[in-house]
Order: sequence, then C-alpha cells, then structure tokens
Amino acid sequence: MKYLKFLLVGIFFGIVLVKSEAVSWYRIFEMFKFQSFHMYGIIGTAVGLGALFLWVSKKNNVKNIEGNTIQLVPKDKGYTRYILGGTIFGLGWALAGACPGPMYILLGTGVFSMVIVIAAAILGTFVYGVLKDKLPH
Amino acid sequence: MDFILQPWPWYVSGPLIALVMFLLVFFGKTFGMSSNLRTLCSIGGAGKYADFFKFDWKSQKWNLTVVLGAMIGGFIAVTFLSDNSVMDLSPQTVNDLKEIGFSNAGESLLPPEIYEWKNVLSLKGLAILVIGGFLVGFGTRYAGGCTSGHAITGLSNLQLPSLIAVIGFFIGGLLMTHFLLPLIFGA
Repeated sequence: MKYLKFLLVGIFFGIVLVKSEAVSWYRIFEMFKFQSFHMYGIIGTAVGLGALFLWVSKKNNVKNIEGNTIQLVPKDKGYTRYILGGTIFGLGWALAGACPGPMYILLGTGVFSMVIVIAAAILGTFVYGVLKDKLPH
Repeated sequence: MDFILQPWPWYVSGPLIALVMFLLVFFGKTFGMSSNLRTLCSIGGAGKYADFFKFDWKSQKWNLTVVLGAMIGGFIAVTFLSDNSVMDLSPQTVNDLKEIGFSNAGESLLPPEIYEWKNVLSLKGLAILVIGGFLVGFGTRYAGGCTSGHAITGLSNLQLPSLIAVIGFFIGGLLMTHFLLPLIFGA
C-alpha cells in the first residue's frame, strides 16, 4: 500500500507530460530553435511554482509525511561535471528527443522502439559508473 | 471534457509538474527520474564492475514504482485522454523540419523518421537511437541529474550546480539541433 501513492504520482506525471506534449521530440526541437514559448512556459511555471512551494514550506517549517522538515540534499559543489555532463546530456536529449522520465512514458504510449533508447541509456550510465574515477568532476 | 482531451496549455502543465515535484518531496523523496537508470544497473549486477553501483537498490523501489506509473500514465493519456489532434507547432519549426527530411511534423509525438521500426532497423537508424540513449544515460549521471532533478527540482531549490547543468543541457541541445541534426538527416 505504501507504494500506491508513488504509482499514482507516476501515472499523473505520465499523463501530464503527454498532454503537455513535453515528451515530444518535435517540441524539444522547437524549443532549441527558440520558435515557440511552449516549453519555456512549462519549465518556467514549473520552476517558479516549485520555488514558491519549497520557499513557503521551508519558511513555515512544513513537515513531510515522515515527520521530517522538508529539506533537499544539496548537489555537490563543482563546475566541470555539471557543464560537461550537462552538454553530453543535451546532445542526447535533442537527438533522441527523450530524457530519463519521458523515455518510459513514451514506451507506455506504445512506441516500443524506445526500448532501444532505454537500454542504451542504461549502458551509458553503466559506462559512466565504470569510468567515474577517471573523469574530471 | 473537451479541454482534457485537447492538448494542455503550458500554464496548466507547468504548475502540474511543480505539483509532481512537490508531492514527491512531501512524501520524503525527491523528483529525479535518471536515478532509476543507476538502480537498473545495480539490479543487473553492475556492482561487480564498479563501486558506484554498490548500494541498496531496494531503497529505490519507490522510484521504480513512479516509473511504472509513468508508463501507465502514458498509456492512459494516449488511449483515453486524447483527441488525436495534430500538435500546434510553430509553422517555422514545421518548415525547418521539412528541409531536413521530416514530413508531417506534429502528427505523432515522435517522428516516424526516427522511431518507426523500418527506420530503426537500419544501421543508421539503430545508431541514432543507441547513441542518443547512450549520451542521455552517460551525461545525466555525469551531471548528477536530468531535467527533473536539475531543471525542475534543482532550479526550484535555487542550486547553482543545477543552473550550470541546465546551461550544459542547452549547449548540447543547441549544438545538436542547429549543427548536427542537419548533418545527420539533411542532404
């Protein structure tokens, strides 16, 4: 039962990303061409409202359901890994048109060739894990 | 009901994505879809090859449940909540796509030129999906997050590393869209 809420959030997430067309290769192409406000509107309102949610929760000391104060673990400091990793990610995102959430959602919409992208993404993550200590971070 | 079946505008979708992020934070977790790729590596026994994959993957079952839900959500959205309308892409985008060989842009979520089996099952078609997926998987872990972890959660939490990562996403995305896609698909 304790997993039911995560299943429901996942279903909601999948529906929202399809109905918003944020899972569409075409929308991502259009975004990187700066030819529509659509994706910027989605990301902008999500970040704006997300920031407001987090700010209000922290200010009012809102507790999560486990009874702990809402606190996000900060990312490690650094520059290299974020700019290099981010650029590599961006190249793949604009080519395949799917990031790590939408790839599963798109599989659910019936695009079974997405299995290849998911398998390759797992392989990419594996290769990163093996090379991790040799890469600049 | 029509407004549910039609595509949802950005000012509805964006806040709903913020709600997804907030619900997961409220449940004591975080919104980070790419972590599942690492979990799947661990389940597959990658811990034998790198310490990076030696962690208690069972602690991530909640996130795999979100993945399962996302797949079901995708199915529900296209099966029950869609009027099959063509995407309202910018005419300029449709035109630019035509020039590099993509016809009927917006009639489906993904271009058949990339995802239809007859195109996938060629050396070039297969290479596109494998390289695309590999770059996403490698890059996201190197950067420590993807669109959900960095762009939505990290920026909402005003974290500098996430801003740098998102700038990286754009450098890569702009390079691919403006220079590489025309080379790969054009001519």
